[in-house]
Parts: sequence; structure tokens; C-alpha cells
Amino acid sequence: MNILKKKTGVYYLINAVLVAALFLVLIIVINTGTLNGYYTDILTFALINIVLAVSLNLVTGILGQLVLGHAGFMLVGAYAAALFTKNSELSLTVAFPIGLVLSGLFAAICGVVIGLPALRLRGDYLAIITLGFGEIIRVIANNLKITNGAMGLRGIDSLSNRNNPGAMFTYAFFIAVVVIFLMFTFVRSRHGRAVISIREDEIAAESMGINTTYYKMFAFVLAAFIAGIAGGVYAHHVGVIDPAKFDFNRSVEILIMVVLGGMGSITGSVISASVLTILPELLRDFSQYRMLIYSVILICLMLFKPSGLLGRYEISVPGLLHALIKKIKNKKSGEV
Amino acid sequence: MEFIEQVLNGLGQGSIFALVALGYSMVYGIVQLINFAHGDIIMVGGYTAFVTFITFGMPLWLAVIISILVCAAVGLIIERVAYHRLIVHNAARISLLITALGVSIFLQNLFMLIFGAEPKHISTLFPMETIKLGNTELSSNTILNIVVSVIMMIGLQLLVNKTKIGKAMQASSEDAGAAKLMGINTNQVVAFTFMVGSALAAVGAILYCNTYSQIKPTMGNFLGLKAFVAAVLGGIGSIPGAMLGGYIIGIADSLTKAYVSSTLNDAVVFGILILMLSVKPTGIMGGDRREKV
Repeated sequence: MNILKKKTGVYYLINAVLVAALFLVLIIVINTGTLNGYYTDILTFALINIVLAVSLNLVTGILGQLVLGHAGFMLVGAYAAALFTKNSELSLTVAFPIGLVLSGLFAAICGVVIGLPALRLRGDYLAIITLGFGEIIRVIANNLKITNGAMGLRGIDSLSNRNNPGAMFTYAFFIAVVVIFLMFTFVRSRHGRAVISIREDEIAAESMGINTTYYKMFAFVLAAFIAGIAGGVYAHHVGVIDPAKFDFNRSVEILIMVVLGGMGSITGSVISASVLTILPELLRDFSQYRMLIYSVILICLMLFKPSGLLGRYEISVPGLLHALIKKIKNKKSGEV
Repeated sequence: MEFIEQVLNGLGQGSIFALVALGYSMVYGIVQLINFAHGDIIMVGGYTAFVTFITFGMPLWLAVIISILVCAAVGLIIERVAYHRLIVHNAARISLLITALGVSIFLQNLFMLIFGAEPKHISTLFPMETIKLGNTELSSNTILNIVVSVIMMIGLQLLVNKTKIGKAMQASSEDAGAAKLMGINTNQVVAFTFMVGSALAAVGAILYCNTYSQIKPTMGNFLGLKAFVAAVLGGIGSIPGAMLGGYIIGIADSLTKAYVSSTLNDAVVFGILILMLSVKPTGIMGGDRREKV
């Protein structure tokens, strides 16, 4: 028992060091201008997509319910944060974090409103209702005065500027790290196991005394909250938002990141979100075929490897190191 | 009088939803799959009518028959290529849903590449005069839509209740395993259901072209969604229910457009869905389906 405890501590330490090292390298590269603004932008988008994919994975992979309106929560968060920072008197460094909390809260409220009727029913209805919600929220944003209709909001200030090009990146990076950490701890907690049991067999879970509606709601609203925050970061990163940016295709893009990486694998989502953000930027010439290729990937994956590329497997650097050390040790003892 | 006109308009529009809803309902009844691609089959039907009628200048009856055949074939191909393997292996429902979504996106983007994203205009297929009843002006398209949809429903009802394959469909929907034991080839039944549903979608597509005279690759999205709402509202798996749901959604849609706002109609339709699901999830005419453990 003691050894086990010690080992998790070591694992956490290794991971923390690795994350800090990765951050330091990237931020130095960005601040010295080695990585130009364009690549910094893409990197930040990748981080935002990682947050979105991981949050959707909580519902689709870990809870096992299909959600087709994740971009709707993102829209709510984006507008909430942007409207707050545009209208508040506070300086941006103070207003931005408050705006992010607000965006998460508003998205979570929407999650409660949608989830209450949908989650009491079987999974297929959730897909349709969230799809409908995504469209409704877009229609409403298109018609309201406060959101400036289809024109959208312009001139949302970014934290990044010439003197500090890595500010948005820093925010996105730490939000992503916190979200990933939270997900890992959540999945391994009592609540996480309850959520997983609902995925495996809802009726069995219920008969074991798990409050399925509560846990479904919990996971769904948590995912909406995180997606809202991602939307808030996104709004301040791009500076211009309009409802068309958060359409059904955006939801599908996030879903593909989750499905490709492996439903239930958090590291899988991280990898596929990074790849699917960076790759289309490099292959701009083929952008008109992008959705066509995505759809073929989706169908083929479901036909031949429905669990996604990683399945439910998690990649862990300390785990790999551990396996490596064990192998070397075995070899040595074998030689002796 | 305007109110009655709007209601009739809604009925006409609802007839198209109803035809599409029938397809959803039938497929859902047998394989418990929300066939997201069903809306896009209407799009395929619309473009087939466009190509045959406008581009090749074929006579109308031939264009209609070709659209129906093409749609039935597309439905069959989709079932065989994308769903069959999953249905036979009894895959998780979420996999089926994601596949259906993939097929839908695939069809949309394929047609966008071939025909371009901008809408194509298609002249009215059945030009007829407006009918006047006192003060009420009645578009003949509305009557055509209603009559065709009612005929289709009666035909389908007869097919399901009176023929051998229809009874096989009912049996598979009730209990696929038991149906198989009774010697029913459930694979064939599933394929047949997809074909019939798609053929109905083609009829819907022809009526759509006639009523709105324009088509675009993403037209199936919202048409399909509203039809699905109609199917759920009427009670999924029930044929008269799908028709009733279609008419209600059509009327709600057209009344919202006329009296509330021309852009909020989609929100109202989904509002109805959410309300319905929280009050009576089985729909107006749906029976009580208990889940077996």
C-alpha cells in the first residue's frame, strides 16, 4: 500500500515536471519570436480544441451519450465572456477571468435546461435535443439585439499584444492542463466510476442504487461548463464572433476529435484534437474536401474500429517510463 | 380568413414532413436507429428530379419514377454499406448514430462538390391554378400535397397490415429475435424497410420541389430534423401518428412564421419536441414500450 502511494506521488511529480517543461519551452519560443504569430494562433486553437474535445469526451466517451450541440454551449460561453469584457469598466486582465467564469456558468445553466428533459429519456433523444438546442441557440443569437444579430460581435480585446504575445496561449495552456487533470481525477473518483457504470449498463447501474439521472446531469452540465469556458477563450482569441462560427459543422468537428481519438480516452482526445487542428492548417488546399474526408473517416472508424484509434487506453509518460525501466531491469537480471 | 389560409399552408407543408416522418418512423421501429441520412435522401431525390427534369428534359412522369427508384437504391446502398455490419453485430447504439451522422455529412458534402453550395432553381413541376373558395385563396399545391400524403399513408398502412412482408416488418419490430426463429429473414426485412422509407422520401422530395421550387445540398438538414420531431410527436413506430405529427408541426411552423416571427419557427418546433418529451415521451399515438432487461 505504501509503495503504491509513493508511486502515484512520483507519477504526479513526473507529469508536473513534464508539463512545466513543455510550457517553458513553448512560452520561450513564443516570446522570443522564434514561433511567429500565425503558429502561436494555431497552437492556441489546438489548446482550445483540446479543452472542447476533452469536455465532450466526458459525455460521449465516459457517459456514453451522443451530444450533437457542443458548439451551442461554446456559443453561449463566447458571447457571455465577450459581452462582459466589452461592457465592464474593469481592465481586461481582471475582466477576462471573471468573463470566463461567467461564460462557464451561462453554458452550465443552458446545460441544465436542456439536460432536464433529455436525460430522463433514452440516449437517442439526447442527440436530437442537443442538435436542436445548438440550432435554436444559433437562431436566437442571430435575432437578438444584444448579440448584434448575424453580424456578430467585433473588436473583442485579446490579452495578447506585441509586448506579450503569449498571454492568450498561457491562459489556454493552463485551462487545458487544469481540465485534463480534473478529468483524470474525476474518472478515477467515486463519481467517475458511477458515470462509467451508467455507460456500461444503465439498468444494472440503477439497480445498484446509483442515481442515474443525477450522474448523467452532473457529467452533462460539467461538460457544458467547460465548453463554455473554451468558448470564452475562443472569443477573446479570435476577436470576432458571429453565430455562423458555432454551427452544426463545428459540433461535428469536435465530435470527430473525440471519436477518432477514442471514446473514453482522454489522452486520445488530446492527441486527435491537436492533430485535427494543425493538419487542416497545413493542408489548406484541400479544405473543400475536409468534411467529406471527415465523414468517410467517421463511417470507416465505426465499421472497423468503433472504439476509436486509442480505444479506452490512456498514454502516460510515467507509465511508459516505468515499463521501460522494468524491461531494462529484467534484461539485466536475465544476463546475470 | 388569413388564419385559415395559414392553417391550410401549414397542412400542405406538413404533408411533406409527414412523408419524411413515415420513413424515420419505420426505420426506427425496426432497427431503433435515428437515420440522420434520411433527410439527405430527400435532397438526393430533389437533385435527381432536377437533373432528369431540367437538365435532360425528360417527361415529368419519368423524372418522378427515376427519382423514386434512385432514392430507393440509395437507401438500400446506405443500409448495406454503412449500417448492415453494425446491425448484424449488434453494435452499440452510439456507433450506429455516429455512422448515420457520417452518412448524412458525406451525402451533403458530396452533392456540394458536384452541384455547388448555392441553391438550384427548379420550375414548378405541376403548374395549376389557385383555387378560390369565397375569400380564401388556396394554392393547388397545398391540395396536391395533402392528397398525395394521404394516399401514401393509406398505401403504407395496407402494405404493413395486409401483405406478408408487412407482417414480417411488424414482427421484426416487435421482437427481432423471435421473428428470426419464426423463419423471417430479418436482414431482408430491414433492407426492404429502408427502401420503402427512401421511396417515400422521394415522393416527399418531388412535392418539396413543386412547392418551394428550389433545392440545395443542405436542405435535408432541417427538413429531416423537423420530420423527426413530427415522428416523435406522433409516436415513433406509428404510421397515422407520423402523419398527425407532420401536420401539427407543419401548422405550428406556418402559424409561427405568420404571426410571431419569420425566423423563430425552428425554435418553436424544437420547443414542441422538448415539451412533448418531458410530458409524454412515447408520443401522441405511441404505445407503451417497456424496456426489457
